[in-house]
Amino acid sequence: MSSMMDSIPPIPLGKWTDQAIDYLQAEWGESTQAFATGMEELIKGLQGFLINMPPELLIIIFGLLAWWLVNKKTALFTIIGLMFIYNIGLWKVSMDTLALVIGAVALCMLIGIPLGILAAKNTTAHRIISPVLDFMQTLPAFVYLLPAIPFFGLGVVPAILTTIVFAMPPVIRLTDLGLKQVPEELVELGKSFGSTFLQMLFKIELPLARASILAGINQCIMLSLSMVVVAAMIGAKGLGGVVWTAIQQLKMGMGFEAGVAIVILAIILDRITQNLGKTTRRENDI
Amino acid sequence: MAIIKVEHLIKIYGSDTDKALKLLNQGMDNESIKKQTKQVVGVRDVSFQVEQGESFVIMGLSGSGKSTLLRCLNGLIKATAGKIIIDGQELTGMSSRQLEELRRKKMGMVFQRFALLPHRTVLGNVGYGLEVQGIARDKRDQQALQAIEMVGLKGWEDSYPANLSGGMQQRVGIARALATDPDILLMDEPFSALDPLIRQEMQDELLEIQNKLQKTIIFITHDLDEALKIGERIALMKDGKIVQMGQPEDILLSPATEYVARFVENVNYSRALTASSVMVKARNVVHPKDGPMTALHIMEKFGMSSLFVTDRPGKLLGYINADDAYEIANQGIRQLDTIIKKDAPVTQPDTPLCDLLDVMAHTKVPVAVIDETNHLKGVLVRGSVIAGLAGERRETYE
Repeated sequence: MSSMMDSIPPIPLGKWTDQAIDYLQAEWGESTQAFATGMEELIKGLQGFLINMPPELLIIIFGLLAWWLVNKKTALFTIIGLMFIYNIGLWKVSMDTLALVIGAVALCMLIGIPLGILAAKNTTAHRIISPVLDFMQTLPAFVYLLPAIPFFGLGVVPAILTTIVFAMPPVIRLTDLGLKQVPEELVELGKSFGSTFLQMLFKIELPLARASILAGINQCIMLSLSMVVVAAMIGAKGLGGVVWTAIQQLKMGMGFEAGVAIVILAIILDRITQNLGKTTRRENDI
Repeated sequence: MAIIKVEHLIKIYGSDTDKALKLLNQGMDNESIKKQTKQVVGVRDVSFQVEQGESFVIMGLSGSGKSTLLRCLNGLIKATAGKIIIDGQELTGMSSRQLEELRRKKMGMVFQRFALLPHRTVLGNVGYGLEVQGIARDKRDQQALQAIEMVGLKGWEDSYPANLSGGMQQRVGIARALATDPDILLMDEPFSALDPLIRQEMQDELLEIQNKLQKTIIFITHDLDEALKIGERIALMKDGKIVQMGQPEDILLSPATEYVARFVENVNYSRALTASSVMVKARNVVHPKDGPMTALHIMEKFGMSSLFVTDRPGKLLGYINADDAYEIANQGIRQLDTIIKKDAPVTQPDTPLCDLLDVMAHTKVPVAVIDETNHLKGVLVRGSVIAGLAGERRETYE
C-alpha cells in the first residue's frame, strides 16, 4: 500500500535535534559545566547540612512545624514517619532526596512565579509560555534526561534541572490563574488610589492569589518527589538511587522500603504545604 | 470655580473605534453603530461642569453609561474623544505617572460592591491610599483612625472585612476614600448593594459627612429617590447621553423629555410610600397600670395632648387624652383603665399614603400603625407624612 503522503520526504527532526545539541554543547558546554559545578556545591551544602544535623533535632523541628501549621495528628504522623525512615536505615538517603526536592522547588518558585506573573500580565507572553508548558508536562522525561548529561554531567544538577522541567508548570499555571482571578473591582480599587505596577502586584494581586500560588507550590513538591526515582538514573542518588539499585538487582524488599520512605516524605510535605494556603482563609473564617 | 470640566466626552468600546467615532459624529444612533461596526458606544458627547463642594448625581438605568462616565473621570477607562479637566489639569493628555499622582491626591473612589481587601484589617484597608503614597506607618494609622471614627466604626479597626455587615463594609469603603483627604469623591452606586433601611441610614450619614467636609461628590445611582436626596444637581443619562441636567426640582417639575417624565412619574410619592415608610417610632406609650401622673408627665415632656395605651407586649388598647388624665389624677384614681378611648384611628403598615391622607386630615390624634395581631408598630404624625410626601424619608422603624 502506498499513500499519497509517501511522496513527501521525511522531515529529519531527529537529526536536526542532534545537530542542535552538538552545536549548543560546543558553544555553551563550558559555561553550563561551570554552572553545574556551582549549583552542585549549593545542593551538596544543603545535603550536608541536613545530614549533619542530629536526626532527633530534625524530627522534632518537623514535628513542631506540622503541629503549628496543621494539627496534632499530622505532627504525630510526621514524627512517627520520620522515625520509621531512620529505623529502616534510609535516613541519610532520605535527607539527600529532601535536599534535592528543596533545591528543585526553590528554583521552581524562583523562576516559576515571575513567569506566572508575566503570563498573567502579558498576552503575548502567555501565548508563548502556554504551549511550552504543555511540552514540559507531556514530553517523556527520558527524552530530555539524556541530553542533559553532555551539558551538566552526571549527578545532582541534571537531576534537579529535569525535575524542574517536570515540576515547574503548575507553579506557573496556578500563579497565572490566581492573578487572573483577582476580582475586577479590586484591580480598579488599586488603580483608583494611584497604585504603581509593583504596588498593585505586592499589595493586592499576589496576596489575593496566595492560595492559588501555594496550591501550585504544593503540586510542584509532589511532582518533584515523583521525579526522584527517574532522576536517579542520571546519578541523583537518594531514595531514587536505592529504588534504582533494587530494580537492577531484583531486590524487591529493598525497593519497597525506599518506596514507602518516598511516600512518607510526600505525605508530610503535602500536608504541611497544603495548610499554608488555608491559614490565609482562617482570617476570614473567625 | 469648576473643579471638574467635561467637554464633549465620548467613549466607544471596541478595537477599531475610528469608524464608529465618524458615524457617531454624523449623528448615527448607538444601535446602528453597533450593527455596522461592532463597536459599543458607552458615552456619547457628554459635557458638564461640577463646582467645588457640589454634590453632583449622575443617574440612569443600567447600561446608560453612567459607570463608564465615572471611570473616565479618574482615567480607569480611557476616553475615546473629548476633554476632561480636573482642577485645571487636562486628564486626557496625562502620563501614567501624572495620572497616578492625580488619583492619589485628588480623588477617592467608593465602589458598589465595597472592594475591600480581604487579607487586610479595617485599618489596613482604610490606610491603603496613604500607604500607596508612601506615608509613614504612624502618620498613616493616625489618619486612617480619624477616617474610621468619622464613619462611626471606632473599635472595629482590627476586624477583617468578612466579619462586617454590608453597611459596615461600605463605611470602611467611605473611610478609605476619605482617609487621603481628596477634593473629589467618586461614588459608584455606593449604596445599591445595601438593604433599604441601611441604605437610608448611609445616605443620611453621607449628607452629614458632606456638611462637615464639603467635598466635591460625583455620585452614581439608578434610584431617583436617592438622587433627589443626595444631589444638589442631577444629570439623567440614557443611551450614553445626558438627557436632562438640573436641580432636583427642575427634574421633578419640568421633565425635559418623555423619558425623564416617565422616570419621575414612578415617584408619585403618595403611591410609592406606605404607612410603614413614613411612620415614626411610637416612643411614648403608657400601660394601663401606669398612673395618670406618669401619663401627664410624658405628655408634658413631649408636648402632646394624647397618648397611646398598650399592654406590656405592645398590643394597642386605645388612647387617652390629657383632660381625662388630669381629671382622674385629681380624683386620686391610680389606673388608666377607665379613661382609655377605644376608637383610636388605626391603619396597617402596607397601606399606601394616598389612602391615608383623608384620615390624616380629619383626625385630632396621631394614627396608630398596627399589624395583624393588633401590635403597635409605629405612629403617623402629620409632620412625618408631609416629609415623606416631599421625598425626605426618615429612619422610622424601631
